[in-house]
Amino acid sequence: MAFVAAISKRSSTVRGIKRPSTPYLLLIPGLSWLAMFFIFPLFTLASTSTQTAPEGADTGTYVQTFRLANYIDAFVASREQFLRSIIYALIATLLALAISYPLAYAIAFKSGKWKNLLLVLVVAPFFTSFLLRTIAWKQILGNEGPVVTVLRTLHVLGPQSGLTASAFAVVTGMTYNFLPFMTLPLYASLERIDPRTLEAASDLYANGLTTFRKVTFPLSLPGVVAGTLLTFIPAAGDYINATLLGNPKTKMIGNVIESRFFEIVDYPTAAALSFMLMAAILILVMAYVRRAGTDELV
Amino acid sequence: MVDAAASTKGDLHLTNLVKAFGDFRAVDDLSLVIPEGSFFALLGPSGCGKTTTLRMIAGLEEPTSGKISIGNTDITYAKPYARPVNTVFQNYALFPHLSIFENVAFGLRRRGIKDVKEAVTKVLALVELGHLAERKPVQLSGGQQQRIAVARAIVNRPALLLLDEPLGALDLKLRRQMQIELKWIQTEVGLTFVHVTHDQEEAMTMADTIAVMNEGRIEQMGSPVELYESPRTVFVANFLGQSNLVKGKVEGASGSDLQVSVHGNRIVVPSARNFAKDNSDKSVLIGIRPEKISIEHPEANTLGGGVITDISFVGVSTQFQIQMPWGQELSVFEQNDGGASHLQKGDTVALSWKPEFTFALDGTADVDAGTSVNPDEI
Ligand SMILES: Nc1ncnc2c1ncn2[C@@H]1O[C@H](COP(=O)(O)OP(=O)(O)OP(=O)(O)O)[C@@H](O)[C@H]1O
Ligand SMILES: [Mg+2]
Repeated sequence: MAFVAAISKRSSTVRGIKRPSTPYLLLIPGLSWLAMFFIFPLFTLASTSTQTAPEGADTGTYVQTFRLANYIDAFVASREQFLRSIIYALIATLLALAISYPLAYAIAFKSGKWKNLLLVLVVAPFFTSFLLRTIAWKQILGNEGPVVTVLRTLHVLGPQSGLTASAFAVVTGMTYNFLPFMTLPLYASLERIDPRTLEAASDLYANGLTTFRKVTFPLSLPGVVAGTLLTFIPAAGDYINATLLGNPKTKMIGNVIESRFFEIVDYPTAAALSFMLMAAILILVMAYVRRAGTDELV
Repeated sequence: MVDAAASTKGDLHLTNLVKAFGDFRAVDDLSLVIPEGSFFALLGPSGCGKTTTLRMIAGLEEPTSGKISIGNTDITYAKPYARPVNTVFQNYALFPHLSIFENVAFGLRRRGIKDVKEAVTKVLALVELGHLAERKPVQLSGGQQQRIAVARAIVNRPALLLLDEPLGALDLKLRRQMQIELKWIQTEVGLTFVHVTHDQEEAMTMADTIAVMNEGRIEQMGSPVELYESPRTVFVANFLGQSNLVKGKVEGASGSDLQVSVHGNRIVVPSARNFAKDNSDKSVLIGIRPEKISIEHPEANTLGGGVITDISFVGVSTQFQIQMPWGQELSVFEQNDGGASHLQKGDTVALSWKPEFTFALDGTADVDAGTSVNPDEI
């Protein structure tokens, strides 16, 4: 007994000293990366956001005056685009979820030997650039493209109307571009479900629909949360889809930041808007994760 | 016999059931009737098709051919959720996202029962896990999960309960206790239990009827006593308990007895206990259980000239290994009542037993079929 006690005591001291240091060592590369490319720029951005242009200075020259009212001015000037970004991103996320869930479900449970091929196909769009894909989407929705031709033949669209340069094009473009970010986490969590628990549900009087509602869907919730976040966050800050597929009335907050920064050279407003976007996303995400209660999920 | 019609109402009928995976037949032309309200045990080595049979009854696997019915209702192709059947899965298959309470309540809720609290609490108390009701399955030990799997199925009181090795992960004490509980529930509520197990003792003590399964077929079916005292195949003789099987040749018959010559000795077997299908080539295997043999008391059947090669003391009995003049080792179990205590290794002895304990099997069969040193189980 004493011997066993001695051993367990020794191993616990070994654990006490040695164990924690390894995880910390492993964190170093990641933390230094974050410090260099995230924390440091964040401080620069924060400092820029409260600067003002001195009287008679050249465009692009700003000095620190700690003017917090920059935030109010920036928000008042572009609250329309702000709201639009959130709404577009929400719709695109919901559309992506509606399309991805059946797709991920089919790949995880019904694809048999085609599973790997289908997964490659889901990721395949990443082999071309984001920009090219968005331009391709413009072609597909263009007046000479297949979608408009079919809709015109069916008299859903009038002979003069089209689909591009519209809110529809922007939202569907975002949906298309971010679809893999939704599909892959969903697939991963559906794939993890033990099919025997589904058999147990059907053995316990649950038909297909009830099994889905009570077992499959709750078990896939971590994937739903991950997928919606991975889609919503980049979609809310996106400006390429709005630039290429939209019109002046579909401008999103990303477009405003881009033009403030590169065209008007109004760095403080661009920085303030960036901060507000970040804060808005953070608050929405936190509220969402809280509701979904991911901590509770296995 | 007045009751015959009534009691066949809920009988489970399996008729010529076949399940093939590719060209491998996991269940091969299996037919049996399990009377309503009986405790039926399916016993067999690993991979013989027990789970596959249960899955077909539960509706989780579609038979390649054959028919399954309960009473007069054909359920061969009925959906699993539409059958009055519940399963205790071999791998538990608890719902990881639900609490223990909700796991157990699952079947009740699906059938629209609003007030589940009492039933769930009662069944959790029965498996002695009431205090863990709010936990999640991952926070339970293997044996506790297994008991929850049992509780989740029996709470529904189905007409037919399928149990796939439901006590495999429990220690001996808990296992015996759960056996008693299960048997009590079965008789109390009058459910039909189909119980799959590796444990012969469990099958023998609990079941009314045992079916011994081998390679997708039923080798023999009957009451525990019938199976033990009159095994009809070498597989059953070796799989259920231990048997000494010796090659012999039929010499003739006198009255109701068969005379068999076994390495020059004359052995008598009652004709009724001759289970060889075909004696045309006159070769048979003579079978005798080790505890039926006496070293000390002469009886009508005797094989002489054995040499004791090993003696092991196991408490209530002593087990002897005895090498016969033709090289075969036979086992003898003697009660520890003092009679055989002077025997020592190297002693030459004669083995005797009463003719009515002898049985005769097909002489062409493999003597080692169904012995516990099965390559699958090592
Ligand atoms: N889905 C499947 N595909 C192919 N072969 C299978 C499948 N399921 C079972 N088998 C095979 O069928 C045979 C019977 O399997 P089964 O699970 O019924 O055995 P078992 O008697 O329950 O064994 P154990 O006691 O080890 O649980 C095995 O040889 C197994 O390999
Ligand atoms: Mg099995």
